[in-house]
Amino acid sequence: MKTSMKERVPGIALLLAAMVFSIVPLVSMLSAALQPQGTTPTGISWPSHPHWHNFVDAWQVADITPLLVSSLILVAGVVPFAALFATMAGYALGALKIPGGVVFFVLLLLGLTLPREATIVPIYYQIRDMGLLNTRLGLILVLIGSFMPFAVYWMRAHFLSMPKELSEASSLDGAGPWQSFVRIQVPLAVPAIASMCLLLFLWTWNTFLQAIVLIDDPSKRTMAGALQNFVGLHSTDVVLLNAGSLLIMAPTIVVFLVFQRHFVKALISGAVKG
Amino acid sequence: MTTVGPVPAAQPVGRVAGTRPQGASTPAPRRRRRQRGWVVGWLFALPALLFYAVFVLRPLVSAVQYSFYDWNGIDLARFVGMANYTKVLTDPQLLSSIWHAFFLIIFFTVLPVVGGLLMAALIRELRSKGFGTLARTVLFLPQIIPGAAAAIAWVWMYSTDGTVNQVLSAIGLDGVTRAWLGDFTWALPAVGLIGTWINLGFCTILLLSGIGKIDGTIYEAARLDGAGFLQTFRAVTVPGLKQEIGVCVTMSVISALASFDIVFMSTQGGPGYSTMVPGVLVYQLGFTQSQVGLASALALLLTLLILLVVLPLQRAFRSED
Repeated sequence: MKTSMKERVPGIALLLAAMVFSIVPLVSMLSAALQPQGTTPTGISWPSHPHWHNFVDAWQVADITPLLVSSLILVAGVVPFAALFATMAGYALGALKIPGGVVFFVLLLLGLTLPREATIVPIYYQIRDMGLLNTRLGLILVLIGSFMPFAVYWMRAHFLSMPKELSEASSLDGAGPWQSFVRIQVPLAVPAIASMCLLLFLWTWNTFLQAIVLIDDPSKRTMAGALQNFVGLHSTDVVLLNAGSLLIMAPTIVVFLVFQRHFVKALISGAVKG
Repeated sequence: MTTVGPVPAAQPVGRVAGTRPQGASTPAPRRRRRQRGWVVGWLFALPALLFYAVFVLRPLVSAVQYSFYDWNGIDLARFVGMANYTKVLTDPQLLSSIWHAFFLIIFFTVLPVVGGLLMAALIRELRSKGFGTLARTVLFLPQIIPGAAAAIAWVWMYSTDGTVNQVLSAIGLDGVTRAWLGDFTWALPAVGLIGTWINLGFCTILLLSGIGKIDGTIYEAARLDGAGFLQTFRAVTVPGLKQEIGVCVTMSVISALASFDIVFMSTQGGPGYSTMVPGVLVYQLGFTQSQVGLASALALLLTLLILLVVLPLQRAFRSED
């Protein structure tokens, strides 16, 4: 039963309106970023001579290269370890069903609704006392800890969905829990781990509050955290500000467009599980 | 349902009867192995537990401790009992930040969920694969970029020379143009709309995946009965998405009550206190005004509020499943 064209028009119009709403702020930034430097642009207006060179200048002014390196170091420090620890704990809670695991699990559930603001002030003093202020290591440790509730929850759900016979069979074969974990369980969990890693990457990259609190030097922060400093310095130069901000956003947008299907799937199942 | 009574009563008896002799006859090595199994199992959980305990639970306990003290972060702390809490609950500025957070729920939750339902139903209705994918990608984009960057995009949109005023002038509404984020009345709804922008795509995609799980024959039956789009929407789509709507509401309410990035980067709580939210206030009190105890009390009350709002919501949306 096909809907008639006349019935479809209002629907399409509404959808298009929502799409315009979603894209206009980004187009508006791009339009401003391409104006001649030093001018004050107005709204969206495509320049007759788009100044693509503004992006090169903004790359230098915003110091994007060290920022990219810094963000990559943070991702490399957070994602593999968070994924490993969460997979191990998920295995312990979901497959091995360790005695007393319920207590750990309830504590994690509490962490799922805990806002970042709840712990940020004590975290600052704790990291200061550990001598890790202004170091990436401090931020990495804090982020791994704060991702644990979601990540363990996610991996536990995966291991609960696996057939019990799997771990029983491997333990009958005389394989210890570690061997069974590495040789059998982890390879089967790769899709779940991969989706989780995509989310952990996105969250690490977009980390803002912890980055601006724990690290003073913007070049050691995440890309998102560095925006704060960049805006502070260039809030009056609309052209450069928009060009720089677009550059800072670009990596996540590119990663999203490349891995789009996985991203959407991961975010959705993550939300439903959480 | 009728077996609910007997089963739990029978189970312990059976278990005790079954395991006791077995336990007695189990060879010692096997029992030792099982005990070792516990230890090994906990070793698997240990790293995650350790990180969680040190970097989440311990700061949380410290926050509780700080909240009873008057401390500037440097000098000796002075015990003040509940004074910080009474200050949060009586100081008009602190209290107003909490009201703002609740006001933001209209923009962070109500608009995106209602809009997302409509968009998801429309995308399903059109059944055009190419257009559907394009719509999903475009709507989802704001969810991907950092909240801080979204704020910068909108600061430019809302500025005197920005796109919002440009559009208003173009349709003959010159009279209402203004610097939106500098306006005492309009700044808070303007900040809220940034939240709508971010959450709309998330809700749309989540609800769309839920629609995919609704039996297609129900839609066919509705159509054969002569139900129009709106009737189908009300009778089939919305009831079928109860769980997904629950997830959207829960997550977006948390994002409204605990908002920080957007407000911090767009208005810093200003003009005046007109867009101040608890998240930004915790940051300012804790890190620029050196009122660590007060910041902790506010942060903990915020956490409590979130739990009080979210737990009943989760129960409400899950009870009948």
